[in-house]
Amino acid sequence: MKVTVDPDRCQGHSRCYSLVPEVFDTDDFGTSTVKGDGTVPAELEDRVRLAVANCPEGAISLSEE
Amino acid sequence: MRPAAAAAECLGERMATKQPVTDWATDFDVLDPNYVADPFSIWDDLRIGCPVAHTDRRGSTWLPTRYADVTAIAHDIEHFSSLEVAVIPFDGEPPEDPVLPYGLPPISADPPLHTWTRRLLLPWFSHRKVGEYEAMTRALCARLVDGFASTGKADAAAGYAQQIPVRVIAAILGVPDTLADTFTGWVRDVLEFADDPERRRSGVENLINYFIAELAQRRQHPGDDLISALLQTEVDGVPVEESVVLGTAALVLIAGVDTTWSAIGSALWHLATHPDDRRRLVDEPEVMDFAVEELLRAYSPVTMARVVAKDVEYAGCPMKAGDRILMAFPAANRDPAVFENADQVVIDRAVNRHVAFGSGIHRCAGSNLARMELRVALEEWLKRIPEFRLAEGAEVAWAGGQVRGPRILPVVFP
Repeated sequence: MKVTVDPDRCQGHSRCYSLVPEVFDTDDFGTSTVKGDGTVPAELEDRVRLAVANCPEGAISLSEE
Repeated sequence: MRPAAAAAECLGERMATKQPVTDWATDFDVLDPNYVADPFSIWDDLRIGCPVAHTDRRGSTWLPTRYADVTAIAHDIEHFSSLEVAVIPFDGEPPEDPVLPYGLPPISADPPLHTWTRRLLLPWFSHRKVGEYEAMTRALCARLVDGFASTGKADAAAGYAQQIPVRVIAAILGVPDTLADTFTGWVRDVLEFADDPERRRSGVENLINYFIAELAQRRQHPGDDLISALLQTEVDGVPVEESVVLGTAALVLIAGVDTTWSAIGSALWHLATHPDDRRRLVDEPEVMDFAVEELLRAYSPVTMARVVAKDVEYAGCPMKAGDRILMAFPAANRDPAVFENADQVVIDRAVNRHVAFGSGIHRCAGSNLARMELRVALEEWLKRIPEFRLAEGAEVAWAGGQVRGPRILPVVFP
């Protein structure tokens, strides 16, 4: 599973970073990014799905590899 | 007309605006005591019967209550401007203020002013920066609870919640926390007494005059605070105008005090009246992060406004340029179309796309700070006072309108 954040949609609510700091990062302006190439370790997949469901801007997308 | 007659007519109009509301769909009033006490059932009825309500009290104003409408309007910055964000318009005040030609950026700005002024502010409220404020916040909360923990009773609003955010914000702005009560008074004058134009005006003037003096002082003796930093900032090689710094400093104080204090107070009211949730948080501290989001959803303090920039029909409503839209984020967060059991607090709710901090480009710049303060305030309280309830016969007093939260909250504990 891979995850991406659309920087144009992200408004810096930081819900994803708070839920899965192992996968998401946030810059000084609050915009979220994914760490590395966005590959989600299997043990974190459920929490990343939760982050997707909690993003108020619908800015996070998942893709199966 | 003789002045006395004019005054009487004016008074008559003011009285008229205080008529109790009988039809919420066509004649709502967010300052009506019933709305302040229990807006929830009003929103529930409106969402079904008239999801975008209207009133002509204080000028033509619309009130969307569904999540989909509130968030759609928040994202449509072409039709809905942030040049006026006060829920109650300023009475007879010209919008152009020579001291603050840009208002309070970025909250009262549209792009492009919004974009660069927001970027000035955001780094002060990043996760990293907020982490630096946590130890100070925790020590403050601990000291406050220790002050009354052995007395068996407290006013959880005035004696605790109200005391926290103003001191954290004062530290960020580099202004003395010995003036905390004065700052709190000014912010309440601005936000909580919209029905009293004199009081509101004096609150604004006191705040602005204070910061004018502070800015002058900070130019001479810069510190490591937000105001000093903004005064030294250049954008595209040009120093930021003093009126922008002034507006932004005032904004940080106005937006960072009443709001967070209301969230903390509402959360404590909930825990005082819902012992199961209180015990759960004491026994399972890992639930706290979910609880913070859920309490923010269920008791969202802040309603903002937009002004219609150009005529538009939205959801069948003929909105005219100059009309006001009340951004009822608290109502959106109770929408059963988006939240299961929307009217109940589910203390460990996992899926929670609430918009307590708004939606779109005006997402609350201080949301990381507010979350940290709410979490730490609850943790330090529960650590020392794990059991508490409303005092017998307690008269809880709520403020409402732009910001909703308890102002008097008498609780007792063993």
